[in-house]
Amino acid sequence: MNSSTRPRGIVERLLAANSWIVYTFFYAPILVLVFFSFNDNRNVGVWTHASLRWYGELAQSHDIIRSVKNSLIVATVATIVSTVIGTAAALSMERFRYRGQRTYDALLYLPIIIPDVTMAVMMLLFFVQAFGVANNLLGTRIELGLGSISLAHIAFDISFVAVVVRARLAQMDSSLEEAARDLYASRWQTFRRVTLPLIMPGVAGGALLALTMSLDDVVVTSFVTGPGSTTLPVYVFGLVKRGVTPLVNAVSTLMLVASMLLVAGSLFFQRRSRATGRGGGTVET
Amino acid sequence: MTGDTVPVTPDLERAAERAERRRGFRLGLPGFAYLVIFFAIPLIMVFVYSFATRSSTGKTLLQDWNLQSYQRLVDPIVRQIAWRSLWLAVVTTVICLILAYPFAYFIATRRPVVRNVLLVLVMIPFWSNFLVRTYAWRVLLGSDGPVSQLTELLGLGQTRILFTPLAILIGLVYGFLPFMVLPLYAAIERIDWSLVEAARDLYANGWMAFRRVTLPLSRPGVVAGSILVFIPSLGAYVTPEILGGAKTTLLGSYIVQQFLAARNWPFGAALSFAVMAVMLAATLIYFREGGQTL
Amino acid sequence: MKPRTTIVILLVVLLMVVMSACGNSADTTTTGAPAQTTTTAAEAMGCSAGQVDGDLNFYNWSDYIDPDLITAFQDEYGVTVTQDFYESNEEMLAKIQAGVHYDLIVPSDYMVGIMIDDGELMKLDKAALTNLGNLDPQFVNMPFDPTSDFSVPYQWGTTGLGVDLAVVGEDHPYSWGIIFDPEMNQGHQVSMLNDAREAMGAALKYLGYSLNSTSLDELQQAADLIKSAKDVIVTFDSDNYNDNLVNGEVSISHGYNGNFFTSFDAADNPDQYEYFMPEEGGTVWVDNMAIPANVDHPCTALTFINFLLDAQNGAQLTNYNYYASPNAAAKEYIDPDILGDTAVYPDEQTMKRLEFIEDTGDFEINYTDYFTQAKS
Repeated sequence: MNSSTRPRGIVERLLAANSWIVYTFFYAPILVLVFFSFNDNRNVGVWTHASLRWYGELAQSHDIIRSVKNSLIVATVATIVSTVIGTAAALSMERFRYRGQRTYDALLYLPIIIPDVTMAVMMLLFFVQAFGVANNLLGTRIELGLGSISLAHIAFDISFVAVVVRARLAQMDSSLEEAARDLYASRWQTFRRVTLPLIMPGVAGGALLALTMSLDDVVVTSFVTGPGSTTLPVYVFGLVKRGVTPLVNAVSTLMLVASMLLVAGSLFFQRRSRATGRGGGTVET
Repeated sequence: MTGDTVPVTPDLERAAERAERRRGFRLGLPGFAYLVIFFAIPLIMVFVYSFATRSSTGKTLLQDWNLQSYQRLVDPIVRQIAWRSLWLAVVTTVICLILAYPFAYFIATRRPVVRNVLLVLVMIPFWSNFLVRTYAWRVLLGSDGPVSQLTELLGLGQTRILFTPLAILIGLVYGFLPFMVLPLYAAIERIDWSLVEAARDLYANGWMAFRRVTLPLSRPGVVAGSILVFIPSLGAYVTPEILGGAKTTLLGSYIVQQFLAARNWPFGAALSFAVMAVMLAATLIYFREGGQTL
Repeated sequence: MKPRTTIVILLVVLLMVVMSACGNSADTTTTGAPAQTTTTAAEAMGCSAGQVDGDLNFYNWSDYIDPDLITAFQDEYGVTVTQDFYESNEEMLAKIQAGVHYDLIVPSDYMVGIMIDDGELMKLDKAALTNLGNLDPQFVNMPFDPTSDFSVPYQWGTTGLGVDLAVVGEDHPYSWGIIFDPEMNQGHQVSMLNDAREAMGAALKYLGYSLNSTSLDELQQAADLIKSAKDVIVTFDSDNYNDNLVNGEVSISHGYNGNFFTSFDAADNPDQYEYFMPEEGGTVWVDNMAIPANVDHPCTALTFINFLLDAQNGAQLTNYNYYASPNAAAKEYIDPDILGDTAVYPDEQTMKRLEFIEDTGDFEINYTDYFTQAKS
């Protein structure tokens, strides 16, 4: 892009103005949300004076603490499992040829395009039936809970990880791997020393995406949750429906801070890995 | 292994190929097995349930298979809800496109350093919790919320946008705008600007160069972004629930209702399956349009 | 392509057959088949008064129990109480039918009947319920549970209208018409319950029909009536109806009496608000404690029921949520202002205009369908 192709003059100013508007649109609600979390008034939206009482209530709420724990457990399990399986799936699709790949391809894309209501319904029906059959046959008392939530999250996370890693693999120069093989490296060595470091930004990006999808999920989780296994977003959703107080703002603010730290952390990690010369390529998330 | 070479016969080659295929297959097996068990089978179950019957107390009886649920899909109510959801999804997509295109174009035409900063500023809302971002509008749009206070200041009186279709629209646009911005940015950034330069050299003015060169070249991004906004908007549940006040029934809420309040699982299954089929069709169109992978 | 499609079709057919076979047996078992087997289960448990067998999973309406009572129970018996909330009876039933395990639920009158017929409830071990005698006799052996073997009354109340007098005026009509009548509802903002039976019931009562109508024509009229009032109905909400009124989001709110009073008391200007039962009549309801058949901790559940049947605890419940108590022994501990309030304890005249919601059997689904029609 040089000076003759860059937008100039009034067009440039209009574009800049539009961008300001969009950024304001993005951030204003978030800022308002955070602002009102320090509001003393029970009525959200009407400012009385500053107070930390909602944060205090938050810290004492067993329900919230438990739902945070649940969210973290499910998200961690789902992210780890789906990243491993998803990366393997991506490698399998991009670096190999075998029969049934097209079916696998379709199967990998379905969880991404399926509406989450349908996914929620699917998982509920599946678990109700599966647990019913298992309990009948084995005399167990399995029921909906953290296990079913994790299983459901992994199901859609695998696809997200696979898509991101596949994109990265496609971009990557496969001749590097060939060169390694020519130098008598075994498959595992090639993977560990050449492929993996090169696709690491993709794997990290996929893992981050899986983590976010898992922490964000409301509908699927609320359908397959059992007593005591509520996750944070489902709990907040319930709070919003039951009675809006600045407590929800306080919870929301903390969730925002957490995700910002996560993004900052991943960017920092990326920058560092690029500085040390590993994981080359453009900034991809 | 130094020095020794094994003569490469056709048999050996074929054996190596087979081994390679098996390796690839085994590598993909965990994912494949998992998705078959926890995705394909549940999907088939939904399909099967859509033919089941509902007992008078709302339990699903897996017998007396029938097409009643699908026949209900053409009921006036269902059509009304479907039409309303479709319309809302289309409007959301168009508004996102209008807002996002100049925005993405602006970012893509900055210097790399500035570009990265601007991108990060877009990423932050993107990675923030979707529910929280939607809830933010609940705060803003209430009767004595900030928006209403603002209009009061301007002498326009109190406004309550909350619990109207407009609130849902705002919530959807806000929630899905990043999904439009990012693919657009990716597509525009990839454009070979020398083509635009060439157009300028051929006496095209700014606008013509944009319309005839840049815009067509950015099409993959437009299509990708539109799909990424249209599909979740069509099946949206959380946003209408929080901002809509249960007054405007959209597809997402209608389906959930069938499983909770109405306890008509066969009908809910038929609805879910139908909505998914529509989305599948939309995506296939996208792939046909020559779109790249997401 | 062909062999693959054949396989898929075969899979589907196979699944249908398998699910038909397994599904039905799974259904009957999870619903605890005939009551005999569950009775044996409960009696075999031999739950004695005050016995606990693990933590309590409590599925309740939101904002319906004093948190202090929960804490007191946890402290006295050394167990943890986990609460989940539901918006409507139907939602609760859906979860129970889906096989989710809760130890204690709070179904309304007609829902108890439905669940008994379906075999969803466990027969109560009355030996463990030593405080059963505290109950007011008129709440024992009710039509929906003739032997009182499956449920214990929790709270009872009415569903009517809360209004903001500053908007509707002191001399407003005491009728459902302030929602439905175009001449009366001008300029009002209304919130109705997001509950098919309640909302349709209000419309039916206004039209002069029974709220247990089994006439499709009457239901259609009720649905049309609600639809015609869509301009003034701001939201359908079963949780925030009281908050929305006091926050000024709405000027008229359809909801349950007790929660209204809690909100009025907490408002800046309590006299600004009023709750009343429209002259056309409305719903009187009894919510009950019941134990699902697939319960995990029956003894703890029974102990909790007994705990709430205690005279002082029952009174504390009413003093907290302002709903009427079915507990005769609790009367001496209930705040006299509440006892004397005819909006909480309606007089005989009012009671005549009220109806209990009854299960309409096969017809029941029409209420939900017509309500959805009205809302869309």
